[in-house]
Amino acid sequence: MSKASPELISLYTQDSAALTLKWLGKPLKPKEDHRLVRGRGAFVDDVQLPRMAYAAFLRSPYGHARIKGMDISRAKSMPGVLLVWTGDDIKKRMRPLPQATPPPARNAIDYPLAVDKVRFQGEPVAMVVAESRYLAEDAANQIDVDYEPLPAVMDAEKALEPGSPLVHEEVGSNMIAHVHYKWGDVDYYFQHADMVVDAKFHYHRFTGAPIEPNAVVADYDERLDVMTVYCNNQAPMEWLPQLSAGLNMPYPKLRVVTRDIGGAFGTKLINYVYMVLASLASKELRRPVKYVETRTENLQAAAHNAERTCYVSAAVQRDGTVLAIRMKCIDDDGAYSRHEPAGMTVWAQVSTGLYRIKALENDFYAVFTNKCPSTSIRGFSRAPHLFMIERIMDRIARKLGVDPAEIRMRNLVRPEDMPYMTPSGGLYDSGNWPDGLKKALEAADYQGWRRKQEELRRQGRYVGIGVVVGSDSAGPNMAQVKMYNPGLPYTSGTEGALVQMTPDGKVRVTLGTSPQGMGHETTAAQVVADVLDVDYDDIYVQTGFDSFTSIYTMHSGTYGSRFAPLGLSAVYLAAARLKAKLAKIAAYMLRCNELDVVLDGGKAFCRTDPQRAVDFKRIARVAYGNVNEMPPGMEPGLYSIAIFRPPFQNPDENRRANLALTYSYNVHVVVVEVDPETGMPRILNYVALEDSGRIVNPLVVDGQVHGAIAHGIAEALYEKYNYDENGNLLNSNFVDYLVPTALEIPPLSVVHTETPSPFTPTGAKGMGEGGGTAVQAVISAIEDALSPLGAELVDSHADPETILRILKGSSR
Amino acid sequence: MSEGQELVHVRVRVNGQPYEADVEPRTLLIDMLRDNLGITGPHIGCDTGHCGACTVILNGRSVKSCMVLAVQADGSEILTVEGLEKDGQLHPLQEAFWENHALQCGYCTPGQLMSAYFLLGRNPNPSEDEIRKAIEGNLCRCTGYVNIVKAIKAAALKMSSPRAG
Repeated sequence: MSKASPELISLYTQDSAALTLKWLGKPLKPKEDHRLVRGRGAFVDDVQLPRMAYAAFLRSPYGHARIKGMDISRAKSMPGVLLVWTGDDIKKRMRPLPQATPPPARNAIDYPLAVDKVRFQGEPVAMVVAESRYLAEDAANQIDVDYEPLPAVMDAEKALEPGSPLVHEEVGSNMIAHVHYKWGDVDYYFQHADMVVDAKFHYHRFTGAPIEPNAVVADYDERLDVMTVYCNNQAPMEWLPQLSAGLNMPYPKLRVVTRDIGGAFGTKLINYVYMVLASLASKELRRPVKYVETRTENLQAAAHNAERTCYVSAAVQRDGTVLAIRMKCIDDDGAYSRHEPAGMTVWAQVSTGLYRIKALENDFYAVFTNKCPSTSIRGFSRAPHLFMIERIMDRIARKLGVDPAEIRMRNLVRPEDMPYMTPSGGLYDSGNWPDGLKKALEAADYQGWRRKQEELRRQGRYVGIGVVVGSDSAGPNMAQVKMYNPGLPYTSGTEGALVQMTPDGKVRVTLGTSPQGMGHETTAAQVVADVLDVDYDDIYVQTGFDSFTSIYTMHSGTYGSRFAPLGLSAVYLAAARLKAKLAKIAAYMLRCNELDVVLDGGKAFCRTDPQRAVDFKRIARVAYGNVNEMPPGMEPGLYSIAIFRPPFQNPDENRRANLALTYSYNVHVVVVEVDPETGMPRILNYVALEDSGRIVNPLVVDGQVHGAIAHGIAEALYEKYNYDENGNLLNSNFVDYLVPTALEIPPLSVVHTETPSPFTPTGAKGMGEGGGTAVQAVISAIEDALSPLGAELVDSHADPETILRILKGSSR
Repeated sequence: MSEGQELVHVRVRVNGQPYEADVEPRTLLIDMLRDNLGITGPHIGCDTGHCGACTVILNGRSVKSCMVLAVQADGSEILTVEGLEKDGQLHPLQEAFWENHALQCGYCTPGQLMSAYFLLGRNPNPSEDEIRKAIEGNLCRCTGYVNIVKAIKAAALKMSSPRAG
């Protein structure tokens, strides 16, 4: 809405004095890649333990049905079968999974195995543990279930109508949550604007489909009374309460370990249900238990994104200034509230996009249906919000006859207004967004393509250009959950790190995060190298997370593009403290004034007499062994622990709060041509501009941009879940659910601007999810290609059938 | 139903080393490699032969090892990602993947490398289109294939230059 107050800016501004800028920004070869190119990754399915048993699940073939009876006798009597559990067995062993929803949705009862009723196709109804995976799957198929099919709830809007079948009878309706906020004088702007532009949009259902499915190995050690859980969960500490409650074991007895994770894209947050089940079985059998999903299980039942239907209105001036936005959205969250309805409100504050919009009204509903539970798929929450705003900007441009790039240019937040406060209290940290747009248009030869488009149109060809801006609001303030449930005791967004100089002068780092290919070992090492000025190769970052050795908070994990703003900030702080201690010890050893000590290239010297020098290896030996040579009274050892805490606050009485620490910026310019014969769009040119603050490692940043674009193109053109009216998922394998190959993803060109964030010590911003910009850009380009036919696209997915219908004129 | 089925003795050479295992006739080659032989470089990403994470070279041809029964591989010569390195030296493809950051999570990487290895064995100077076609059966969710294509080009160039060893 306006530039933030000086007080707020100073509260958020971080000190970065310990940076040397010798190691940041270099394309150093990623540390992780060395083991991974040799096939030596450490994934969950690679864990082999003595006496390990294997779990398999029988799953519901129905979207909605009552379980009238089950016969497990044949399965149980099969040789090699160790255990068969149904929902009733689980009910005896644990309480239902905690619900983060407000009442009455909180009354929903959620067990990891279905009890009495199945609520989505693929829901586990029985668990078998056997000597081998083959045997476990055989036995699961020998279980008979007597189902009484029920009418399925498949349309979120109809689900709210009176008389709709109920997904959870205990809740009394299918409503998970409803919020209605107004920020700024929305009514005034709508009354006085030159015009109002309305549209309905739909954001479709898809998933992240990592190549590694969900997997867990639970290993209960009776002698130590310790449960070790090897998992590929993105944020295991977030779910430790569930595990602890399910197993009735205290946190110090629960060792949760992640190592290499084969991609996640948000899908691996709610796999804690398998962590609980495998752990319960391991404790029961006193044997390690492994479970690895099949691809069909993964696509059918792991995690989808929330589907959204949205009604958007914009109050607009004749000159293209957008004054205010109204949004009414209905989110289809699926059968259980395991992560959602978070996405409804989490980053609702970017529903005004990257624009100087003065007022906003959000009227949001989240609804239970008989579909797979939803979670935070890459681009989570901001992607659907930004889809709505970017699509309405295109409609406004068309209505006014203004170029879509120009309408954005006129409304973008200006650099002089940074840090900028949005109507809902979001604090956009930095960037020259109009300049970034200009650069992207130049890099993509936008004007050239517009001329070419005119020419090609005259030849009857369907060429379109999409220009879209977006943001990864990153480093979440978890107080965002209070936007829909004020009672939840979960706030801020913190991360921990340990930086230890070991007695041999090398550096050991542990992180609170559980990366899935984002190069945390690499970028953490670069920050440590930069602060301490030691060699990158002398820094050893522990792979993954281990609750017995890693420094954590309850926010720890890898989601919400949080490593650069929060994780690297913790690493910076820990390294800076270690640096200060090294300088103190060196001053004492060198008999040098502490202010004159210079740390450089792995040694310390005295500025006044550079001959007086000591290397870190010697300092480390003193700190751990030759302790009498340390400054008197100083604690021995070179351990440095830091937990980074941003100055986040809870939403105020008007629900205003900053819900992310950094806001990266991207512009995508994409040119498509639609083949009128097949309806298939082909991407002719793709340029993405990214400003994610200071770049720590350009290889990592570019890789993330590529990945986000590939997901976006896939969502727009290939990946879409189709359920029928009975709750059958029609595409739950890689034959029918179309993950793009190297032939579908075109060459991508990435350009950068680099505006350090004042709110992180490294200046880096969170990035990598892409904010859904690629989806918006591709859909926008297709709509532009079809605009001679007067077509308007409603959906975030445009498959050849949709396009052919438009081309044949039967869409309207 | 497979209970009571006789186990079959299978002998293979993997990465030049002899291995043997007793497996059920229905055991997939990928399961034998990973579970019986402890060769965990090749990964499992789907049940339908589409993702390619399990790609290995079987008697000189690239195969998805989830589409081959272990008994069918009896007596064969298999190369997996672990066999690309020679005397502690990375294969030029591995070097190129590392230098170009042609991977993120690394789960599909062993399959990508084996498909690329198979390609360069038959076509030392592939065009971009030929590279993309060669890895069409190997899904990657992280990289958008951009750096994979770049790395395979770089490796091809390096391997066909006179200095390549």
